[in-house]
Amino acid sequence: MSTDGPPQGAHCAHSGGVGVVTTGSERSGSASAAIAARVPALRLSRLWGIRYWLACAIVLIVLPHIPGLTSDFSRSLLSQMGIAAVFALSFNVLFGQTGLLSFGHAVYFGLGGYAAIHLMQTINRGLPIPIALVPLAGAAAGLAFGILFGSVTTRRSGTIFALISLGVGELVYAATFMLPGTFGGEEGITGNRTRGPDLFGIDLGSQLQVYYVIAVWALVAATLMYAFMRTPLGRMCNAVRDNPERAEFIGYNTQRVRFFAFAIAGLFAGLAGGLHAINYEIVAADSVSAARSGTVLLMAYIGGASHFVGPIIGAITLTWLQISLSAYSAAWLLYLGVFFIAIIVYAPTGLSGLIMMHGRILHTRAFRTLLSTYALAAGPAIVMAVGAVALIEMSYRLSTQPELGTRMRLLWVAIDAGTPWPWTIAALLVVMGFVLFRKTWHPIAAAWNRAGNEANATTSALAAP
Amino acid sequence: MTTGAILAPDGHRTVALRLQDVRKNFGPTEIIRGVSLDILSGERHAIIGPNGAGKSTLFNLISGRFAPTKGSIRLNGEEITGRAPYEINRRGLARSFQVTNIFPRLSVFENIRCGVLWSMGYRYNFWRRAEKLRDANEQTERTLEQIRMTTRRNTPAGVLTYAEQRALEIGITIAGNAGVILLDEPTAGMSRSEADHAVELIRSVSQGRSLVMVEHDMGVVFNLADRISVLVYGEVIATDVPARIRENNAVQTAYLGSAAHA
Repeated sequence: MSTDGPPQGAHCAHSGGVGVVTTGSERSGSASAAIAARVPALRLSRLWGIRYWLACAIVLIVLPHIPGLTSDFSRSLLSQMGIAAVFALSFNVLFGQTGLLSFGHAVYFGLGGYAAIHLMQTINRGLPIPIALVPLAGAAAGLAFGILFGSVTTRRSGTIFALISLGVGELVYAATFMLPGTFGGEEGITGNRTRGPDLFGIDLGSQLQVYYVIAVWALVAATLMYAFMRTPLGRMCNAVRDNPERAEFIGYNTQRVRFFAFAIAGLFAGLAGGLHAINYEIVAADSVSAARSGTVLLMAYIGGASHFVGPIIGAITLTWLQISLSAYSAAWLLYLGVFFIAIIVYAPTGLSGLIMMHGRILHTRAFRTLLSTYALAAGPAIVMAVGAVALIEMSYRLSTQPELGTRMRLLWVAIDAGTPWPWTIAALLVVMGFVLFRKTWHPIAAAWNRAGNEANATTSALAAP
Repeated sequence: MTTGAILAPDGHRTVALRLQDVRKNFGPTEIIRGVSLDILSGERHAIIGPNGAGKSTLFNLISGRFAPTKGSIRLNGEEITGRAPYEINRRGLARSFQVTNIFPRLSVFENIRCGVLWSMGYRYNFWRRAEKLRDANEQTERTLEQIRMTTRRNTPAGVLTYAEQRALEIGITIAGNAGVILLDEPTAGMSRSEADHAVELIRSVSQGRSLVMVEHDMGVVFNLADRISVLVYGEVIATDVPARIRENNAVQTAYLGSAAHA
């Protein structure tokens, strides 16, 4: 009978280890050969290791000085994007990383904001803390409430978690009206970011200084969340997202993993809320509202939840759309909705997913063909879009703003929505545009297939030896 | 005695896993009807039986997926009855699944490393970089070599072939170096050559551990097992070495029949 007792097993484990020791010594051998070369270059290689972060930092420094972005309006827009990016990243710690869909993430953003604005008020009354550190109070509150509510909500996952998060969101929103002393009701709580001690000469007097404070915090938060993804707990968050059952059988209490992820997401959402308090000097009930929870979900989804940068791209895109579209059209929410639906249907991996898809085939010869088919498709697509926009704007004018009359300007054309001609032309543009657009789908798909095959061929050629 | 080694009846070897009168009801139906079984340290033990005999249920009771209705399960002398799967795993028991149960969006390497992390004491660590955990990464490499998937390390587990996923399934199970390994139909759905390959893999990874496996393929069972238990309608009707199981009349009538000659 062949039985393997523990001593024998220990021997086997050891002999198994020998192979590794060999590979390890090979590695350390080549490493020791390289050490001489590496020592003087150590500092440079360190910098190389964080090159992406350095590039981000430089971009963030230069951004508000680029012509066109130097107005207070642009700098405020950039500040809002930074806040939204931190908030969306914190949401994605739950959504993309741990597989938890929360409908109430604004709770931690808003409560963080309230904590920050209360601290700001206290500083205004004489507490000697620099205002630039106020977001830390937001982070602390976000963490505290993340722990408090998370200990209940993360007992479940999936649909039940989503529903409980919705309930907590409504609860907190209602509480902001029931406790006007703390939350200030609809008017909210205000503070003054300029009345406090300076930190290195930062008095937050200009929008540029506000931008830089937000940029620094955003970069720190993004770095920390990125680093978190790479820790053992961060990796297990992914494992729990993929297969919670299996995670239980390799030693992990999935409830605990979800709880930790939730607390960390709360912390960074609270930090974003603190930045919001600095940027607006007011925190009101809307900061914990379901609308804000919905917006952050859209940001993560539009940007793409499966890549780290996805939520950042989504936050920038959506913030920009919200500000710029609302300046051009009263129907901007409708366009936003159409955009969101288009992403869900045609690009479920989000904008970052689209970028990655194209990055994979960038080097192929068929990629040029693909670009030319895109150019071919752009014409009819624009015609179709112009027609659709005209129809929407005219309908919107007639149904919601009749007091403004039927005469209106669309792009550079003056039209009268009271006559049938603009309607006929717009409808024709939509139909014709669509028919021609439809014809370009086939060449696009064909170019895609060729590029994909080409990319696969190169990958397998690389993998073969 | 709730902890400490239990000696086998022969007085020499220790018992890794002891089941005493384990019962499980689903509603009014009793699926496991008083199973008592000793798994000795270092042995390869196969559990066979016809479909619906309760083999997978028995695994689910041992590994903590379900709590037994009655009876006691002890791992290395410690009572584990009704504990959560992660608690049982932390005490040194790992299992694989009949239906492949992996982390599809993680790479092969990451799948294995997830199986390593807790056992190496990294728990819920959120201040160290996983790629810098030398011991965990070396253990992962060792496991990859054992299951011969070093070249597939960066492939997302979800796109592996079926046989590769089965090997990964075993890899995740053994990665944490648990002393007791339960394999639920490790060769299910494999071709002959794939199954032969799997047998070699199981033989090598079970060195120095106690192995319990549920298996339908009699070739695999008689090739690998030191002892075999036959489970019929929720009861163990025989436990013995392969040669004597083959000759056992009760087993032949209840289950093996023509399969023994196939």
